[in-house]
Amino acid sequence: MTYNEEFETMPREVIKALQVKRLQQVLERVYHSVGFYKKSFDAAKVKPDDIKSISDMKKLPFITRQDFQNNYPFGLFSVPMSNIVRLHTASGTSGKSIVFGYTKRDTELWSDLIARSLVAAGITKNDIIHNAFGYGLFTGGLGLHYGAEKIGASVIPISGGNDKRQLMILQDFGPTVICSTPSYALHLAEEGKALGVDIKSLKVRVGIFGAEPWSNATRDEIEKAFGITALDLYGLSEVIGPGMAIECLEGRNGMHVFEDHFIVETIDPKTGEVLPEGSEGELVFTTLTKEAGPLIRYRSGDISRLITEPCRCGRTHVKMEKVLKRSDDMLIIRGINVYPSQIEAILVDIEGLKPNYQIIIDKVGALDTLDLQVEVNEKIFSDSGSIKELQKIEKRIVKDMTDYLGLTARVKLVEPNTLQQAGTKIIDKRRI
Amino acid sequence: MKVEQISVFLENKPGTLEHATRVLKEANINIRTLSVAETADFGILRLIVNDVEKANKALKDSGFRVSKTPVVAVEVPDKPGGLHSIMEVVSKEGINVEYLYAFVEKSGQNAVIIFRFDNPEKAIDVLLKNKFTVIPGNKLYEF
Repeated sequence: MTYNEEFETMPREVIKALQVKRLQQVLERVYHSVGFYKKSFDAAKVKPDDIKSISDMKKLPFITRQDFQNNYPFGLFSVPMSNIVRLHTASGTSGKSIVFGYTKRDTELWSDLIARSLVAAGITKNDIIHNAFGYGLFTGGLGLHYGAEKIGASVIPISGGNDKRQLMILQDFGPTVICSTPSYALHLAEEGKALGVDIKSLKVRVGIFGAEPWSNATRDEIEKAFGITALDLYGLSEVIGPGMAIECLEGRNGMHVFEDHFIVETIDPKTGEVLPEGSEGELVFTTLTKEAGPLIRYRSGDISRLITEPCRCGRTHVKMEKVLKRSDDMLIIRGINVYPSQIEAILVDIEGLKPNYQIIIDKVGALDTLDLQVEVNEKIFSDSGSIKELQKIEKRIVKDMTDYLGLTARVKLVEPNTLQQAGTKIIDKRRI
Repeated sequence: MKVEQISVFLENKPGTLEHATRVLKEANINIRTLSVAETADFGILRLIVNDVEKANKALKDSGFRVSKTPVVAVEVPDKPGGLHSIMEVVSKEGINVEYLYAFVEKSGQNAVIIFRFDNPEKAIDVLLKNKFTVIPGNKLYEF
């Protein structure tokens, strides 16, 4: 099943031609409307006119998360604020978020992409969708929501958290589809078991999961626990949000990237060189149709491989393998993207100096845990050496982690020089 | 009149207190009195010692996080109502006690109570005015 048969099953040479045409248009537009691109194209001595084919794209400079940071908040927008109808954010590499704008047409495009994704998963207007992706500044919740409405399905906008209410609604409303991070789905299954809920007997038949890396072993676990088919949904908030690529029900190996709206390249993360099709490398995305914040060669940091063999579902769009690795030190904790530098920024901000710390990420049951061990330095233990002051600092760190990063952390103050021996600031004990 | 207390940050795990006391022993430090305050994760060892500077240096050199905290030592007769007589006076003046600990002098007649007040200067003033014996640091260290 396809939502937009004409575009989703277009012959590859037609897609390629369409991509080139749309690419030339978007290059022309960003060069004249976004100062950042004018500067970066000029610096690379490339003009929109120079790009006559997809293979010419290698002449174009990359854009990175750092560029979002440098142009915070709205510097990369290509339309005036009066044309923006919605804003979303994601973590930046420092203390500040990075911001994305959507025009009315962008939100419609996004809903279309989700509609395509849901249809690829065999979902129809007769389905009830339990959407446990977070609603709010995060793109997951609202992104899924409007696409689900678009195909006429019934959406339960439950958002994340409050496990008992989730389980009650799963039993009472009889949703046939669940959308969440894979770890949250497993967590719900565990909670359900503990509360005596028969998860397998729920009406849910298909699950759409994303926002964090998950292996096929995790897929098996989820499918077994719920008795469902679990599919992978891919998206980057920087690009548009979920719905950039979806695993089809028929293929179930790799996610179709909607190539009439995005160009995906694979590069060597070290040299930036474009790799031959089918090689493992960092994915680089270019938006062809997004109005408010077009991205030209955005370095995703996600490591994957593109699959060009035809798919039995009939879609002609290239597939990307599950993303299980990053090219940078970004962590994904409970679906939230975090850079160690952001945590460091919080600690530095609190004490005005750089304490030694260690981040320990683990899984308890299905959910990620974050432990932050901070060495007590001179500054922290200076004046009074009182328990009250130390506890105040612990609480402040916990609060700032929630306020700025949306993460629940356990903070432990430890003795000086106890962390250095480990030699690393991040210990990720999770198995994906 | 203030007394310097040494506060040592200790993680709440086996062996940390032993390490601290070993360092003090090896530096030939005599502990006059002490107390340990703890939370789930960490504790603070509070010490009155015979040689503050030496103890401070020995602990710091061994990697401990140490700070010096001004406290007030008050001598009262070791009999019912001894502590209460102090509390009466300081509470009337609105002085807050953050924590306290005590020991009995060798003679057995008097108790010495170590106070951490929110306002030590004012507390000393008030106590002296009310004829309490406030023991200065140099005297207490040599007890």
